[in-house]
Amino acid sequence: MDLAILWFGIVGFFFIGYFVLDGFDFGVGMALPFLGKDDTDKRVMINTIGPVWDLNETWLIVAGASLFAAFPYWYATLFDGFYLALLLILLALIARGVSFEYRRLGRSKQWKTWFDWMIVVGSAVPALLWGVAFANIIQGVAIDASGTYTGTLFDLLNPYGILGGLTTLMLFFTHGVQFLALKTDGDLRVRARALAVRSGLITIVVAAAFLVWTVLQHLDIAHLPVLVGLAAAAAVALIGSWVANRAGAEKAAFGLMAATIALAVASILAALYPNVMPSTTDPAFSLTIENASSSDYTLQVMTWVAVVMMPLVLAYQGITYWVFRRRITRESIPVAAH
Amino acid sequence: MVEWLDPLILARWQFGLTTLYHFLFVPLTIGMVILVAMFQTAWVRTGKLKYLHLTRLFGKIFLINFAMGVVTGIVQEFQFGMNWSDYSRFVGDVFGAPLAMEGLLAFFLEASMIGLWIFGWDKLPQKLHLAVIWLLAVSTTLSAYFILAANAFMQNPVGFEINEELGRAELTDIGAVLTNPVALAQFPHTIFASIMFAAVVVVAVAAYHLSKGQYLDEMRTALRFGLIVNIVAFIGVALTGDQLSLIMVQTQPMKMAAAEALYQTTAGASFSIFTWGTPDGSSELFSIRIPYMLSFLSTHDFGGTVEGINDLQAQYQTEFGPGDYTPIIWITYWSFRWMIGLGALAALVSVVGLWLTRGGRTPTRPWVWKLAIWSAALPLVASLVGWIFTEMGRQPWIVFGLMRTEDGVSPGVSGLEVLISLIAFTLIYGALAVVEFKLIVRAAVEGPNEWAKYDAEHDGDGTADVDPTKLATVY
Repeated sequence: MDLAILWFGIVGFFFIGYFVLDGFDFGVGMALPFLGKDDTDKRVMINTIGPVWDLNETWLIVAGASLFAAFPYWYATLFDGFYLALLLILLALIARGVSFEYRRLGRSKQWKTWFDWMIVVGSAVPALLWGVAFANIIQGVAIDASGTYTGTLFDLLNPYGILGGLTTLMLFFTHGVQFLALKTDGDLRVRARALAVRSGLITIVVAAAFLVWTVLQHLDIAHLPVLVGLAAAAAVALIGSWVANRAGAEKAAFGLMAATIALAVASILAALYPNVMPSTTDPAFSLTIENASSSDYTLQVMTWVAVVMMPLVLAYQGITYWVFRRRITRESIPVAAH
Repeated sequence: MVEWLDPLILARWQFGLTTLYHFLFVPLTIGMVILVAMFQTAWVRTGKLKYLHLTRLFGKIFLINFAMGVVTGIVQEFQFGMNWSDYSRFVGDVFGAPLAMEGLLAFFLEASMIGLWIFGWDKLPQKLHLAVIWLLAVSTTLSAYFILAANAFMQNPVGFEINEELGRAELTDIGAVLTNPVALAQFPHTIFASIMFAAVVVVAVAAYHLSKGQYLDEMRTALRFGLIVNIVAFIGVALTGDQLSLIMVQTQPMKMAAAEALYQTTAGASFSIFTWGTPDGSSELFSIRIPYMLSFLSTHDFGGTVEGINDLQAQYQTEFGPGDYTPIIWITYWSFRWMIGLGALAALVSVVGLWLTRGGRTPTRPWVWKLAIWSAALPLVASLVGWIFTEMGRQPWIVFGLMRTEDGVSPGVSGLEVLISLIAFTLIYGALAVVEFKLIVRAAVEGPNEWAKYDAEHDGDGTADVDPTKLATVY
């Protein structure tokens, strides 16, 4: 078994996990101005992700560290090259990360407003930029012979990159709103479903355009049927999620949207394979699974660690979600002292 | 290009500042979770409400601090690739593994347990909720181990071979990396230092409330507890620090020589508490010394030989070619001393505190409480200065003997880009530090004032049945 190919899959799995999980955190954060009519509504929304948002974000840490360990050249070229985009993502994650805890500890309305905006912007910026980043990875960027990206932040904001960003933005937004429909009750639950119907339509248009464009850009690859299959499955799941939501089947809607995100990420990874960072300067300069990976010994060690740990990790994460399975209602929010 | 827009200098400043900033929050996270777990254990076992009050109060402080530790930590992981991509290419095969393990074994556990602890008061059985915080303590400690193992590789590379064709280091023995003697010494040293800081924070909060004559039962217990823990932890810091010195002399002799500003190789070397040297750093003008002490610290033999900077510099020139292999002496020299001095002073203050509160006495003079509160900063500053020592003492190497810092910087990142990120981090970190400090002080000053929610007759020694729903936390 070629361990490098296995680790392409494992790193992909961690990024899929990250986008499926922190994706709905981003969506809930972005939805605060849309669904949070008053402070109690906002608190209900935040409390749906309160116990799990940190856990979800940790998938990014693990994905990044696994990238570093298994594909150090990919990690280096990507993080060096997309410097300013990653800086913006980091600043957003910092702002969002403290806001959940600090928001309720102030003594003025102004304080809450500040942290609410940090949550909204801190959720929207990564939701957009991760899509821009991944779209550019699979499209290919200007990489020279030494593996260094020679473009700028603005080169990443090309039409395909922007469409990728809008796709993740809308997918995560709708995903978060559908999560709220699943985890709240009363008026908020009804409004969330209604919002998801509208945002879902925009999502379908944007995501379909992105998936079709991705396929068209990769008609020459040997495993085209796999790519088309995954992309088609993602589209079907997305439409299924919209239909389920419209019918009030909240669990199915959420599950199908999670599947959509997983399949969409899987399809772009299929489009990428066997490269990891194609170069538009010269195909000979492209980073591939084979030339960007760590030594066999490192991959073996990491494989043991991953195989032993992941079932345990998934088990206790599952238990955590199960402990907090109940819906959050306005009644569960105590009246604020100020 | 203008000199000050040098990406190397800016990247070094940024890494130094962001690391020190991250380490403002890490010690309290590592130390306080253990102390809170101990308070919670006492509550579960004895049912005494004062322990619940202490758990909730110091738990609140812990959580305010924890958030900052998490967000500043993401920056650290990304920064290796963003600003030091050539370093990442060179050592990623070795260095990436402990980082990935940190994520898989420690961070996932930590992130799950934190949610369960914050929100599980009313959802988990009491003993399970207690197990959660102990698992949280295990996870933060475990995470410290892996990152220190990674850092230890930079100080003393082991378990690798150089792949000449690819021009990178490759892992050959993960066991060697995880049992690097530098890691084995650095780890307990860091944990004990973190416990010291958490303990003095407990003492400071207790001192404040005792000075106001409130929450006397909880705070007297907390004060004595914190004082004892701090002293015990200091003994741990000192013993492990001694071990680390011995290992450092073997694996990074230049660092020890620089720590001492010892230019000539000397047998029976004295330890200088204070030295004033010539501006070019080559000889001393005035010095206060303890005879034979440096040799003893370095080799556990009063007559032992300690290598000097000049001899090591000559040796490295032969080994590695022409160049300057000497760290900045005044930084290593003074950071080493301040680290030891401030740490020892913190322990001394606690000894004084124990004496003044012996046999049930409560001091009344304001200077005692002020000392307790202001001296809380000592272990934290000592830790920061210790990091400055160990990282600056490793220079000019990013991986000792294998790669120089200047060769590790990202080739694709311009000085302007680094300046932008440096300014951005400085601004957001600065603002958040002010916010975080304000919130912690506020929580400390408010004290365990939640008791009204679940203990109607606050008598302090009661073992009332607490309704768990009243303990629920809502964001």
